[in-house]
Amino acid sequence: MNNSWQEKDIETMLGNVLRFGVILASAVILIGGIMYLTHHNSNTPNYTTFHGLQQPFHSLSAIIDGLKILQGEAIIQFGVLLLIATPIARIVFSIVGFLREKDMLYVFISLIVLAIIFASATLGIRG
Amino acid sequence: MSIQIFTLIIFAGSMLAGLLGSLTGLGGGIVIIPMLSIAFGVDIRYAIGASIVAVIATSSGAASAYVKEGIANMRLGMFLEIATTIGAVVGAFLAVYAPTNLIAIIFGVILLFSAFFSFRNHSFSVSNIPVRGWISHLKLASNYPDSQGNNIDYSVQNVAGGFIMMWIAGILSGLLGIGSGAFKVLAMDNIMRIPFKVSTTTSNFMIGVTASASAVAYFQRGYIDPGLCLPVTLGVLAGAYFGSRILTKAPTKGLRIIFAFVIVILAIEMMYNGFAHRL
Repeated sequence: MNNSWQEKDIETMLGNVLRFGVILASAVILIGGIMYLTHHNSNTPNYTTFHGLQQPFHSLSAIIDGLKILQGEAIIQFGVLLLIATPIARIVFSIVGFLREKDMLYVFISLIVLAIIFASATLGIRG
Repeated sequence: MSIQIFTLIIFAGSMLAGLLGSLTGLGGGIVIIPMLSIAFGVDIRYAIGASIVAVIATSSGAASAYVKEGIANMRLGMFLEIATTIGAVVGAFLAVYAPTNLIAIIFGVILLFSAFFSFRNHSFSVSNIPVRGWISHLKLASNYPDSQGNNIDYSVQNVAGGFIMMWIAGILSGLLGIGSGAFKVLAMDNIMRIPFKVSTTTSNFMIGVTASASAVAYFQRGYIDPGLCLPVTLGVLAGAYFGSRILTKAPTKGLRIIFAFVIVILAIEMMYNGFAHRL
């Protein structure tokens, strides 16, 4: 019984992590969006051709530089990164939960999933 | 077209996609890519980037509600996420080398499959045969509360088959920028014989993690554009939220037929454009 109570506790925590992440990220994207739309006077960017890495905000350092001067596009990208980080944060909190249940097999499984995402982020397979 | 008008139109279209996706259970991401690429001429790589971000938003939002109900199986989800994330990395890698018209054709085929899949009946018998061998250490068998509040026990079958299907679902997610929820449910419901309600909620729980593995790769390649992510993400999220509010009152069966019809047309359009090298 004690075990099932703990399980419920973890589920509630994970639900809150996901909700908080989505709300925070959406708020940041909305704020960035308002700045982007009010300070942008030119026409719609050309999306019919792919510019790939010519797009200025595809690295963390470029986004941070843009945030310093409150650039709308950089704020939106930062919100997008928060959104991408939300499910990853869920895995981290799952590890905390499995540790509390002393379920080492699932701590290990969660770490594998985390490592795969980390590898995807750092291998940097560029197009 | 001014940037404000463009953003507003994409926002409205994304909201409709999110609304229909949540009411029909097919997900909003699946129509975002054809909408952007066919109706607005957006390069399919930008469409894929915006779609994957919207997929993360809606699945995380929905999962936050489901997980508290205790229906989703957290251990099963985490174990199968090994397969989906490896698949997503492979898919995102293949996306670099696959020509865009081939991606459009594959997308069309997957769209057709998803539409067909949504009408299939899923009255598979739930397994109660205990799990044997080393798999039993994974503690995948569990129980869930039904609508009357009774705890229903279930077991899992064919874990290896389910794992492979999840890997394929991950590849499709990474290659096409979709949540591939239909394939995840197929793996759990058809192959592993897990109750449908557990399959759909656990799938939703897994989509965000799979999509994140793809998104980190897309991000570094410049697929993710802020000007598109703004209306698509907020639009799909608003539509999905509104959909979840009116779900019990909406004529979901009729909507499902209309939405499936729209999907079939989009699928044919995507394949045609792919063969004609227009996308």
